Amino acid sequence: MAAETGGRVPRLEMRSVSKTFPGVKALDGVRLKAWGGEVLALMGENGAGKSTLMKILSGAYQPDPGAEILIDGEPVAIADPIAAKRHGIAIIYQEMALAPNLSVAENIFLGAELRRGGLIDRRSMYEQCRPVLDRLGAPFGPETVVGTLSIAEQQLVEIARAVHARSRILVLDEPTTALSSRETERLFALVRQLRADGIALIYISHRMAEVYELADRVSVLRDGTYVGTLDRGQINAEALVRMMVGRDLSTFYKKEHDPSAVRGPVILEVRDLTDGGRRVHPCSLQLHRGEVLGIAGLVGSGRTELARLIFGADPRAGGEVLVEGRAVSIDHPRHAIDAGIAYLTEDRKALGLFLDMTCAENINIGVIDRDARRGGILDAAAARRRAEAAFRALRVRAASPLVTVGSLSGGNQQKVLLSRWLETGPKALILDEPTRGVDIGAKSEIYRIIDDLAARGIGIVVISSELPEIVGICDRVLVMREGRIVGEVGGASGRPVTQESIMTYAAGAAA
Amino acid sequence: MAENEVVDTAGTGRSGHGAGLSGRQVRVRAMLQAAGMLPVLVILCVAFHFMTDGRFFTAQNISIVAQQASINTVLATGMTFVILTGGIDLSVGSILAASAMAGVMASLIPGWGMLGIPAAMLTGLFFGLLNGVLIAFGRLPPFIVTLGALTAVRGIARLMGNDTTLFNPDLPFAFIGNASLLGVVPWLAVIALVVVVLAWFILRRTVLGTRIYAVGGNPAAARLSGIKVWSVLLFVYCASGFLAGVGGVMSVSRLFAANGLQLGQAYELDAIAAVILGGTSFVGGIGSIWGTLIGALIIAVLSNGLILLGVSDIWQFIIKGLVIIGAVALDRARLQGSART
Repeated sequence: MAAETGGRVPRLEMRSVSKTFPGVKALDGVRLKAWGGEVLALMGENGAGKSTLMKILSGAYQPDPGAEILIDGEPVAIADPIAAKRHGIAIIYQEMALAPNLSVAENIFLGAELRRGGLIDRRSMYEQCRPVLDRLGAPFGPETVVGTLSIAEQQLVEIARAVHARSRILVLDEPTTALSSRETERLFALVRQLRADGIALIYISHRMAEVYELADRVSVLRDGTYVGTLDRGQINAEALVRMMVGRDLSTFYKKEHDPSAVRGPVILEVRDLTDGGRRVHPCSLQLHRGEVLGIAGLVGSGRTELARLIFGADPRAGGEVLVEGRAVSIDHPRHAIDAGIAYLTEDRKALGLFLDMTCAENINIGVIDRDARRGGILDAAAARRRAEAAFRALRVRAASPLVTVGSLSGGNQQKVLLSRWLETGPKALILDEPTRGVDIGAKSEIYRIIDDLAARGIGIVVISSELPEIVGICDRVLVMREGRIVGEVGGASGRPVTQESIMTYAAGAAA
Repeated sequence: MAENEVVDTAGTGRSGHGAGLSGRQVRVRAMLQAAGMLPVLVILCVAFHFMTDGRFFTAQNISIVAQQASINTVLATGMTFVILTGGIDLSVGSILAASAMAGVMASLIPGWGMLGIPAAMLTGLFFGLLNGVLIAFGRLPPFIVTLGALTAVRGIARLMGNDTTLFNPDLPFAFIGNASLLGVVPWLAVIALVVVVLAWFILRRTVLGTRIYAVGGNPAAARLSGIKVWSVLLFVYCASGFLAGVGGVMSVSRLFAANGLQLGQAYELDAIAAVILGGTSFVGGIGSIWGTLIGALIIAVLSNGLILLGVSDIWQFIIKGLVIIGAVALDRARLQGSART
């Protein structure tokens, strides 16, 4: 699909790369070309094979026989990560590979420390690091301890390490996942600078907006095969979604429940809830039966903190919560659950799931005491019934409810966690980043589920950083900034629910 | 393209961990994990049998092994609860000593000697509760709290008998340590088995058991899913203390005596070793009571076999330590081979 870039030899070319794991063909004849001085975006759902391909590039996996990897037109063998480094390949993963207790310089030189007479030569290391850090615009010095830096700054250290090692092929694996919008801007500027320096960048991302902004070309993988490549001029959301899932965008978001629910009875009301002003200033909101209410705002605007206050996960300093008009006292998530409030956390692995336990146990954990027979004895039959029904209702794809939830893909894990909350029979359901780390197919299923739940009369709060998602599924949207609810669009406000109207509030442009 | 088809391609998860395992595979793996150290136990027994020219598998010797394993099994059961929540209880040896002192003291009350049994158990429960309160409400690290209790309760045990050995030659519950059920199974072993079965029931068949695994697996998620984590922690430390009290009764009934200084020294280490040999994860959330039982039996068989072989006391220590490390290393290697692609 894409034109070759002016007949130049690509910096990196991978040809007919296949990788077979026992029982699974993770990659099947994939190809890829990246030129120096360009950003190649690599897209695909979770499980499409992006990570496997990059692990082959980094020497962590060996491809099946028959694969060819060429750097500057020369065939190379990448037997291990050291060989990859020698060929100028650097990969920056989401989970950073830094030693938090060491200094920036020590991390940059890790494994290749400068020595003088058998002792570590810190001063020379600092001196050599400084120009690299300066050029990248780092606001910290080489002697800073890495553990004291923010995620974005740690990423910068990784990039500095790659630059210092004179890497010529740099892979960034979903680098913005943990960054605020300002940090993201800074990262983009840096990516452009590295591109201008002639480095070949491979940028893995789920986010369309980033791909529009950065990519010179986009290559798409699906189910371990190469689908195609789009040039900059051809990149658009419809085409990319079609390539990733083989389906049009028009059916992606689903909003078929009755939007007039916004005027229905109030199911959850929050009055001046605050944690004393640390993260959340007094906030008030009303959630109606059958309504999908969005809470938008930048990362760090207090959305998650407000949800946790409502749910009793953090101590509150003031305000009250009413369910169906009755004030409820909530000092522990247990009280919130009993009152009919459920909260799906934004971090399902750290705060949501019991990864070593089975899907069935994960689904039932919130209701086992209600189901239990006298003396707290588990009702195994009820648990099995619930798990099987939940698997059917949410179309969880796993061999059985008895597999450990940690072995499932992100989308299926999220469905299991969602099932847990649905089993508690919530009247109000708070979903914090419900589609984070979930592939596109499962995303659209989660939208369908949210729509169905609203149609059944559950009030739903959706917290999300993805504006197209908020706009696509919500009836009404509250915007938070710096711990306050600063605006409302949709519903009675008369303002349309659009990305622009939300952004004006989120960024602080509107009063 | 039909929607169902699209949805299916989205869910096949080719990355090698998408589809998970079948229910049967999971059960087989769970059995393998639970059985983990069983082959080691069997090999040890058979090896000792041949090395001692058939003196191991005799009714009398098996009965001795069962008795030797029983107290450690009871302590290790409490330890299993604690370690499943990601904690540790270093104080069980000292609590056993204090409970035993209380047991002998109460057994000396004329006409009410049987009170020694509840006295020991309640003493254990009391110290367990103390640990639990400090850990669950004081939010102090279990290692620190129970390390402190290890020392302090040892002191209390000595204080209780004015640092002397208490005797009761007419112990009314001496049958526990010296008689057998139907003349075959020692009562000590019966108690240990009952404790193990009860623990299995709690862990696998009750709400509380599921919550113990949940708290150990992910305490933050446990709280957010409505579990009162403090109540679970309180239970496991109480259980561990109470079972140390039961261990105290068992010790007293064998010895007719208790000594605050010597009794139960380093018992916590054997209990922890049994739990670890049994495959329970030190970070919590994974493990089974059957594994602990096998772990306790391995330790007892090892001691017994080495004694039969006439190995000196000093070498017994060295060999036991090496076997524990070696067995766990073997287990890790085996699991890594099968668990991941």
